[in-house]
Amino acid sequence: MNKHEFSIIGQPLPKVDAWAKVVGETRYADDLVMPRMAHGKLLRSTHPHALIKRIDTARAQAVPGVYAVITGADLPRVKFGILPVSQDEEALCNERVRMVGDAVAAVAAQDEETAEQACRLIDIEYEPLPALMSIEESLGHPEIRIHEYGDGPNVHKNVALQFGDVEAAFARADLVREDVFFYEGNTHLPMEQHAAVAQWGADGKLTLWSSTQTPHYVHRLLARILDVPAAHIRVIAAPVGGGFGGKLDPFAHEIAACKLSQLTGRPVKITLTREEVFYVHRGRHPVLMWLKTGFTREGEITGSHIKTWLDGGAYGSYGVASTFYTGVINPVTYRMPVYKFEGARVFTNKPPCGPKRGHGTPQPRFALEVQIDKAAEQLGLDPADMRRRIVCEPFTKTANHLTVTTIGLGECIDKVVEASGWREKWRGWQTGAPRRGPLRRGVGFACSAYMTGAGTAIYWNSMPHSGVVLRADRSGGISVLCGATDIGQGSDSILAYLPAEVLGLDPKDVHVPPADTTLTPVDLGSYSSRVTLMCGMAAIQAAQRLRAVIARAVARKLEVDAELLVFRDRKVGVPDDWEKAVPFPHAVELAEAMHGVLAFPGSYAPPKRAGKYKGGGVGPSPCYSYSACAVELTVDEETGEIELHDVWIGHDVGRALNPLLVEGQVEGSVYMGIGEALMEAQVFRKGLHKHPSMLEYKSPTTLETPEIHTILVETDDPEGPFGAKEAGQGPLLPVLPAIANAVYNAVGVRVDEVPISPEKVLKGLDLKRQGKTPRVGPERIPLFKFKEPLVVESAFGQPADAVAVRPFADQETSR
Amino acid sequence: MKVRLALTVNGESREVLAPVHKTLLEVLREDLGLTGTKHGCELGECGTCTVLVDGEPVLSCLALPVAIEGRAITTIEGMAEGGELHPLQQAFAELGAAQCGYCTPGILLTAQALLDETPTPTRDEIKEALAGNLCRCTGYTKILDAVELASMRMGARK
Repeated sequence: MNKHEFSIIGQPLPKVDAWAKVVGETRYADDLVMPRMAHGKLLRSTHPHALIKRIDTARAQAVPGVYAVITGADLPRVKFGILPVSQDEEALCNERVRMVGDAVAAVAAQDEETAEQACRLIDIEYEPLPALMSIEESLGHPEIRIHEYGDGPNVHKNVALQFGDVEAAFARADLVREDVFFYEGNTHLPMEQHAAVAQWGADGKLTLWSSTQTPHYVHRLLARILDVPAAHIRVIAAPVGGGFGGKLDPFAHEIAACKLSQLTGRPVKITLTREEVFYVHRGRHPVLMWLKTGFTREGEITGSHIKTWLDGGAYGSYGVASTFYTGVINPVTYRMPVYKFEGARVFTNKPPCGPKRGHGTPQPRFALEVQIDKAAEQLGLDPADMRRRIVCEPFTKTANHLTVTTIGLGECIDKVVEASGWREKWRGWQTGAPRRGPLRRGVGFACSAYMTGAGTAIYWNSMPHSGVVLRADRSGGISVLCGATDIGQGSDSILAYLPAEVLGLDPKDVHVPPADTTLTPVDLGSYSSRVTLMCGMAAIQAAQRLRAVIARAVARKLEVDAELLVFRDRKVGVPDDWEKAVPFPHAVELAEAMHGVLAFPGSYAPPKRAGKYKGGGVGPSPCYSYSACAVELTVDEETGEIELHDVWIGHDVGRALNPLLVEGQVEGSVYMGIGEALMEAQVFRKGLHKHPSMLEYKSPTTLETPEIHTILVETDDPEGPFGAKEAGQGPLLPVLPAIANAVYNAVGVRVDEVPISPEKVLKGLDLKRQGKTPRVGPERIPLFKFKEPLVVESAFGQPADAVAVRPFADQETSR
Repeated sequence: MKVRLALTVNGESREVLAPVHKTLLEVLREDLGLTGTKHGCELGECGTCTVLVDGEPVLSCLALPVAIEGRAITTIEGMAEGGELHPLQQAFAELGAAQCGYCTPGILLTAQALLDETPTPTRDEIKEALAGNLCRCTGYTKILDAVELASMRMGARK
């Protein structure tokens, strides 16, 4: 399809669900009410680490209005986890709790208040164990084991990969920098608290409605956890009121609601409180990083070596993937011919970390982009120009064997430099910022790359990652059945736009029912920025198959060659003879009469490109998005406060299927990056969250959010649907280092850890006044032995694998 | 102890028998089935549950219905009049100001109160008015744009 002929793609259309959302019609999980519905509550551990000596539920059972009370003893004794390699969770803990907030019992009652009251009457006796609250404590106390499995005492994962001779690369360099950085953990803070309604029917079949980003994985795991055939379980995704990665695991409340429903014969709803959401977490890992990179005089990178230590919290969750992600994506941005990565995830007695927007990659991105800024200063280079010169070559492989297709980063940098007035505002490394009282103005620059969908599924299989069934009938409307979950990013809209484009319809003619594991083909879930690309490709394939059948039927009726037919404006006809064009509903009738029921599948699986080494499955993606970012801010030297004025962000989205939605994703990413850069922190004191409330867990309001100027760059990637790449995560990444670099530009203080709080800025200014190095950040790295690295030859600069070869692709759908 | 409450919600008189400590948020959602009003913290911190009481934004998670009997309560379900969307609703839909949509009802009503008071607010005034409503999806940009667009359209209509 010629891109100039698009009728829907590229238009700033409202989202298909926008109207329901602005009038309050959208029914989120907690809005569901069913006859005879009971309300559930979980009792959670008050200890960060303890043995459960005794649980007595008799007093709770006796409360009038209580229907059922369950403990771990009422569930099958099975441990589970989202990753096959980390099966370490229990919905209700049996012998041991590993964090404050671990669920130990659950109650169903006629209302929430009664359920809460009953929870308070559950007698539980703990024997406290020493709690390990930091990476140092966990590594320093191997005699205390949080889990019995892993790569060492309290070490969940230990990985080391080397691509080429990194020491030789440093020897070749004109400048070698070693820096240590710390990125504090933070949480998703979705506006909607998690909620689930379970109904175990009299027929022995279970239905679960849940605010989940991944109904498929919940479905699979419920079968194992509850010991019920998956065929008897139905999971329906409710519209999700904000996910950001926080609703990607199977959760205790979902499992408890199911069991309570089975026992009571009633639908059971459990909605988490805001405090519970903070403890459920699965958010950004705190990561300590050591980064060593060699540079030539011109700013070329000769090689890079990163070590990362992740504070994982009490359970595995997605942590093995998170660990790899702290290492594998950095080489995708700049020419980095030699690369070494060592990473370790450590268990601690805190809520488990997991995937948050950018999953494992914002931390090393922060380190790399701040280090590049420091190197640029030493080399006397403009930091924007330096980056511009070292951008990766398109359609090549990286040192760690990732295939990169199109790269719009150069154009992103150029446009951001232009739009931000970088040439005027950045006054070189030597010139002090202009003074006005205590206020110092500064600008900073950074870039990033992110994947468009994980190239491998969470569990090993050869099936599609995304499936669509597209059905049409004589109403003239079509339905797109797909297991994708709209978490606000607009996936339902994309699923309407793409078939509408192929079939010449209005998006309003396309129905997109919610993900429902009994009705919709499997989609793996809303994570890793995979939905637009993977569901989009499946939807296009299905629509093209329907189109071919309709075209055959209309061609016969009009006595023309099917090849000549055009689908547009809800009609099918020959452009030169458009008055004879057949209205779409009639075209469907003709096709239905000729072909029978019209229902066509579309399947997508990413090209098989995993690197041929152990660990090569994390990082490959059909294509990568690129972002460049400049920020302008003011630092108050008296208070240390940072005021952001403007953020300019250029994002290579491949193609903006709907620029309005893409801008929304970019703006939201930038906003979230600002929160992480300046204020958000998920921190604990003696096992307790320091501030599990929305007021005290500070996040940006309208007043702290600056003007965000979004520039979209299109590269028409051959891997994406009509050329599109991701937009929902990548643009977060460059924001943090750009802010850190701008703070340095403003006041000459390097804050090598986030959040960059006023205290840290003031500490740096104090050091500066004392004539010491004005740097605030971690000083030490843990004494820790990484694995012997797996040494693999660098694939840097090799031509990309053939791009169009992927499973399930038809001849007619490859472009 | 339950009390009989006479509430005026979206122009309708509604009677509810509810425990005296039940919040307006709970009564709206659970007793009146008006689930368009959302909750984010139930501590008065996030603005998600905002409704209008006599045209003023009120956090329904902190309000007790017994204290506002007889006053005009407006929820998101009462914002469109006679099937016609309020210009703010129209603008939010058109400009993509609602992503997950969960904070949207509270923000729309807060913005309505602003425009009723200040028909042509500056961008800073809009930011100030919405500073108590958290949104995690949009970065606020499209929300501010939509309030400006609605304000412009409402001015043109007069």
